[in-house]
Amino acid sequence: MFAHRKNHRKEPISRYLSQFHGCIMAKQRVRFTFPQNLITQPVIHNLSHDFRIVTNIRRADVRENVGWVVMELEGTEEDIENGLEWVTSIGVRVDPISGDVVE
Amino acid sequence: MSYATGLRCRECGREYPAGPLNVCDFCFGPLEVTYDYESIANVISRESIAKGPPSMWRYHPLLPVDPSHAVDINAGFTPLIKANNLGRSLGLNELYIKNDSVNPSFSFKDRVVAVASTKAIEFGFDTLACASTGNLAGSVAAHAARAGLRAFVFIPADLEHGKIIGTAIYGPTVVAVDGSYDDVNRLCSELSDTYNWAFVNINMRPYYAEGSKTLGFEVAEQLGWKAPDNCIVPVASGSLLTKIWKGLNEMSYLGLIDNVNTHMYAAQAQGNAPVVTAYNANTFNVKPVKPNTIAKSLAIGNPADGYYALKTIEESRGGAWAVSEDEIASGIRELAEKEGIFTEPAGGVVITALRRLAESGQIKPWETTVAFITGNGYKTQEVVEDSAKPILIKPTMAAFEEAVSVRP
Repeated sequence: MFAHRKNHRKEPISRYLSQFHGCIMAKQRVRFTFPQNLITQPVIHNLSHDFRIVTNIRRADVRENVGWVVMELEGTEEDIENGLEWVTSIGVRVDPISGDVVE
Repeated sequence: MSYATGLRCRECGREYPAGPLNVCDFCFGPLEVTYDYESIANVISRESIAKGPPSMWRYHPLLPVDPSHAVDINAGFTPLIKANNLGRSLGLNELYIKNDSVNPSFSFKDRVVAVASTKAIEFGFDTLACASTGNLAGSVAAHAARAGLRAFVFIPADLEHGKIIGTAIYGPTVVAVDGSYDDVNRLCSELSDTYNWAFVNINMRPYYAEGSKTLGFEVAEQLGWKAPDNCIVPVASGSLLTKIWKGLNEMSYLGLIDNVNTHMYAAQAQGNAPVVTAYNANTFNVKPVKPNTIAKSLAIGNPADGYYALKTIEESRGGAWAVSEDEIASGIRELAEKEGIFTEPAGGVVITALRRLAESGQIKPWETTVAFITGNGYKTQEVVEDSAKPILIKPTMAAFEEAVSVRP
């Protein structure tokens, strides 16, 4: 599941920083809802570490069988997109913080 | 003039000046309009309301906009009818139907969009926008036409053709999004961050939601200035249920009605019942679901106000009921056949939930109960298509009498 992380960990810091040149930095506010099997996993840490996303938690409620976290993500557009794709792929539901807007 | 004083976060209580803003910058909690109730108390009375126009604008001191430039297509002040036939069938002596399906664009959305579009003009926007599966789209397009605003309406690409016509006729730009329901949600959230438009239920949401209070005001006035014992309300985002409750309590606070002892009941379809599921699990943690229901106007899997709807149910000592998909059409038929009101599937959900609540004894025969019918059946005829079974005859008396055994 986490095989893609290996490359990120071994990058030298200069290469790591150079990746931001020419990229569009972005912020995105999201709500993660965790299923029971992911409650004990360090998902947000991994998202931050492996996708170079700064995570800024504003509100959360994590219980035994379900949890949600509302936060702001900051990084390049590409990293945020990849990071959200990864969390979705492992079973986290990602929603806009305003809830559904299609009424 | 408006008696709104600004916005307040429903979570952390931080206050903001009135602006096109829907979440708290600090905790990302939702914002709600605050009012100067002391000043409102000086200008509002039963008499002043009764002298007002026969529309939702008769309650303008309790709305967050200046009524002098209201975008008015005559929303509101819809009939509250005593439902004797349906009441008899359910064993309820004091049953009322609030028929909001007869608003100008045929749903209660006209109330919220009237406020949002008026506020959009106050803020200087020239474009009204929304993402919708039907009712909201029609209402936004109609109000934009009336106000001379540009309108963009985003719809899922697979939306029924009839609903697209019901929106397109008002002349907005209709954008059909080729993607899943979640894709449409995400795209429109992103668009609202990028474009300087008034998205009625995103950056205008605090004002928009206040329009629903007028349903509570009207019901209290139409019942002879008293709050009902029970309200059965369809739940999508959950905002309507919380705002009817807020409306009743504002009236009580201002001395227009006595204490509110109303029980608020949420009605959802089993194919999309995140609020009812949380209620039954005795939690305020609403777990988002993927909607799979014929009640499209209630198909909000991640309800913005689900938590607050649950809080309202608890505070009012109400309840919640999810009806099976199979029962929705029978609820539509029951209301049509007993009271002459043709509602959309959301109304079928309400009537079936009402029946279940009455059968289970949660609603008592002598209590004043109001069922809220929020959308019109003419928009969703496909749901009850099998009702159309005319008897085909030759144009003769004999053929008629042979086919239909009735006495002259």
